Amino acid sequence: MNAVDALWEAALDGDEHRATDVVLEAAAELGHEAALLDVVGGVQRRVGGEWAANRISVAQEHAITAINDRAVTALSITRPRVEPVNGRVTVACVDGEWHALPARLLAEVLALRGFAVDYLGAQVPTPHLITHLHRTGPDVVALSSSIATRLPSAHATMTACQAAGVPVMVGGAAFGPDGEYARRFGANAWAADARSAADMLLSQKLPKPTAPHQPIDHLPHLADQEYTLVTRNARDLVRSVYRGLEDRVPAMRSYSDEQKHHTAEDLAHIVEFLATALYMDDDALFRAFLSWTSDVLGARGVPPQVLEPALTLLSEQLRDFPRAQRMLALAPERTLSA
Amino acid sequence: MVTVSSWLHSPCPALVVDAAGAVHGMNDAAKTLLPQQVSPTRWRHGESVDIAERSYAAHRVDHADGTVTWWLLDETDLRLERERAQLLTRMSSALMTSLNPERCMTVVAELAAEHLADEAVVIAPQSDHGHPVTRCRRGEAPTYDLEHLDVEEVVGLSEALRGFPPVPSRWIDPAVAPDWLARDVVSIVVTPLPGHGVAAGALVLIRRDKQFTEDEEAFARLFASRAGVAISAASLFTQQAEITERLTRDLLPPTLRRHEHVDLAGRYRASGATERVGGDFYDVHQLPGDELFVVLGDVCGKGLDAAVQTGRVRTALHALLQVVTDHDRMLDALNQALLTTDRSRFITTVVGTVRPVDEGLHVKLTSGGHLPALIVRAGGTVEVANTRGTLVGILEKIITTTDEVVLAPGDSCLLYTDGITEAVGGPLGDEEFGEDRLRRALEACGGMPAEALVEHVHMLAARWVGSGTHDDMAVLAITAPRRRSS
Repeated sequence: MNAVDALWEAALDGDEHRATDVVLEAAAELGHEAALLDVVGGVQRRVGGEWAANRISVAQEHAITAINDRAVTALSITRPRVEPVNGRVTVACVDGEWHALPARLLAEVLALRGFAVDYLGAQVPTPHLITHLHRTGPDVVALSSSIATRLPSAHATMTACQAAGVPVMVGGAAFGPDGEYARRFGANAWAADARSAADMLLSQKLPKPTAPHQPIDHLPHLADQEYTLVTRNARDLVRSVYRGLEDRVPAMRSYSDEQKHHTAEDLAHIVEFLATALYMDDDALFRAFLSWTSDVLGARGVPPQVLEPALTLLSEQLRDFPRAQRMLALAPERTLSA
Repeated sequence: MVTVSSWLHSPCPALVVDAAGAVHGMNDAAKTLLPQQVSPTRWRHGESVDIAERSYAAHRVDHADGTVTWWLLDETDLRLERERAQLLTRMSSALMTSLNPERCMTVVAELAAEHLADEAVVIAPQSDHGHPVTRCRRGEAPTYDLEHLDVEEVVGLSEALRGFPPVPSRWIDPAVAPDWLARDVVSIVVTPLPGHGVAAGALVLIRRDKQFTEDEEAFARLFASRAGVAISAASLFTQQAEITERLTRDLLPPTLRRHEHVDLAGRYRASGATERVGGDFYDVHQLPGDELFVVLGDVCGKGLDAAVQTGRVRTALHALLQVVTDHDRMLDALNQALLTTDRSRFITTVVGTVRPVDEGLHVKLTSGGHLPALIVRAGGTVEVANTRGTLVGILEKIITTTDEVVLAPGDSCLLYTDGITEAVGGPLGDEEFGEDRLRRALEACGGMPAEALVEHVHMLAARWVGSGTHDDMAVLAITAPRRRSS
C-alpha cells in the first residue's frame, strides 16, 4: 500500500499513532518535503474530492484533517534544522477561511527551504494580520484561501497587506485553477501549490507594492453596487425567496424541520455565490456552483426541482440588477443539462 | 518705439533669428548668457534648453517678415522645486504605508542616497542592543543593523539624536570623522529626525565630490522633518503594540498541550474583530498525580474590562488550587473573593477534575450557573452532564451540584460558553444556534479527536453567525484518547 493510501486509512480510522508512523516513515524514505506535500497533501486533496462528491461529511472532514494536522506536527518536530537565510515570510489564511492545513503545509515547506516563517493559522482577523506585518516587517505575506465565497474578503485582506507595504503572494483553490482571480486582484504573485510557491520565493524577490489603492480600482464593475446591495440584503432575499418557494412548491409543506433548514441553507448559499459572482463579474463561477449544488441536492435526496423556482424567485427580487439578471437567466439551462 | 528698447533691457534672454537660422540680434540678458555662438535651429517651442548649468524654456514668437524671436525663460529653480516636491511625495507615500521602524529607516536612507547625497546613514536612538542603523550608498541596496557606536565621535550627532538643531556641514571636518561613518569624503551633514516629542534619530548625508550648499542643507532639513515624523509614528506604534502584547499575554487563552492520558483542545474567539481577548476564559492546571484541573467560564460583559476580570478570576483560581481542590469549596471561596471586590461582575463557570482510570478518564464536573457540559460518546450518542448551580459572585451562598462521568477511549466532554448556543444567525438570519442544534451536530462527531471537535463546533457557530455580530465564544474538549491499535 502506498503512503497516501496508508495515511488516508489511518485518518479515516481516527488512528493518530498509525498516521504518525506512516508520515515519519515516508519522511525517512522520501524526505520531509515530499512527506508533507505528496503524502499529507495527497490525503488532503482526496479529502477535498470526497467532500465535494458528498462521500464524507464536514464532521468527517474535520476528523481526518485533525489527524493529518497531528501528522504534520510530528513531521515538524523531526524536521531537519535549516538556517533561515532566505528572508521572512508571514503565512496566513484569509479571514473566514477554515481550511488551515494548506497554509500550514506551505509554512513547513518554507521553513525547510530556509525561510523564517510566521504561521498565523486560520481565521486571522485582518486587523491582527496587519498589526503583525507592521511589527515584524516580513519580505512577503502568503495568503491562502480555498473557498470561492471568501474571494471578496481575500481581496480586501490583500489590498490591506499591500497598503502596509508588503508584497502579497496568494494561493488556494479560491483563486481559480490558473490563478486568474489572483491576477485580477493585483496580487504580487500567485502559486499553484506549495512547491512552486517556495521555488518562486527562492528565485525572485517580489517587488514592493505600488501606492495604496482600493479594491474597486481592480474591479470597476463594483461601482454598480449590485454586489453591495445583494450582500447587504442577503438575509431578506433568502427569507422572501423561501416564502415564495413555500407557495410554489407544494411538496415543501410536508418537509421535515431538517429539510426546511437545509432548503434555507441552500438558498443562503445560492445568494452568497451569486454575490461572489457579482463581485468577480464572472458568470462561470455561478454556473459551476449551481451544477455542483444540483449534484449535492441529488445525493442528499432533495429533489433539484426546487432550484429552478428558487432562481426564478431570486431573479424577480433582483429585477433592477442587470448583471444579476444575466447570471440568473443563464444559469438554469446549464444546470439542467449538467 | 518704447517696446523696441524694452525687449533689449528685459531680464529674460531673447534673440532674433532669421529664416535661415542666423542670429540677427540679442538683448542684454541674452548677450550675458550666450557669449558664444548658439544654434537656435535645434530649439523647439516649449521645450527646455540647458545653457551654462541652468535650464530655460524656449518660447518662439514668429514675425511677419519671417524672423523669429526666441524668448528664454529661466526654469532652473522651478524644475528643482518640482523634483523636490516629487521626492517628498514619493517619500510620503512610501512611508505612509509602513508602521515598521526598520522599514521606514530603510526607505529614508534609500531616497536620501538617491536624491540628496552619495551616501546616507540613518541612526536611531540607542536601544538595549545598540543603535539601529540603516546605511545606503547611491545605487546599492540599503543595509540595516544594530551597531555599537560612539556617537560623541561625530560633531553634532549626539545632539541631533537628542533633538538639538542641526550642525551645518562646514562645522564638521570630514577628515576626523570616525571610520564607521565615512572615509575619504568631502562633506558631511548631520540633521536630526524630529519626532513626536522625542527625536526619532539622525540623518547623516555624505558627499564624496563636493560641498553641500546652504540651500541643499535647508532642503535636507525639510526632508528630515517629514521622515522623522513617520519614523517616530512607527516607533510609537511599535512601543504601544509591545505594551499591549505584554499586558494581554496573560489574558489570552493558554495553549493547550497533549497530556499522556488526556487529549485536550480549546478554541477562543473574542466578540470584537480587532480584539484578541474577551470575557470568556478557560484554563488547565496540572494537579499532583496524573490529575488535571480544567475550568471554563464567562464573565458578564465583554471587551477589555471583562478580559481584565477573567485575568483576575484565572489568577484567583490558580492560587486557590494550591490549597483546595474540592470543587464546592473552591467555587465558594471564589464566590467570596468576587463578592468582596466588584459585585457588578459575576461569572458563570464550570470546573472539572480529570483523572485517568483503567476504563479511560474519570471526569468530575461542577457548575457555577454555567451551561451543562455535553458528553459525546465515541458511537455518536450525546449526553448532558447533570450539573446545575448558581452564578458565582452575586449571592452570599452559592449552590452547586457535581456530576461524575467516565469517558471511554474516543469519548469527549465538551465545555462551551453561551456565545456558541446564543449565536444568532442561520440562513434566515434571526435564529439562535441553540443547545438542540449543538447536540444534534455533535451526534456526527463521535470518536473525533479533541482538536477536530472544538474546531468543528467553532466553525459551525461562526458559519451560523456569518457576517453578523456575536458574543465571545469559548469551547474546550476533554477527550479520552484512543489506544494504540497494535
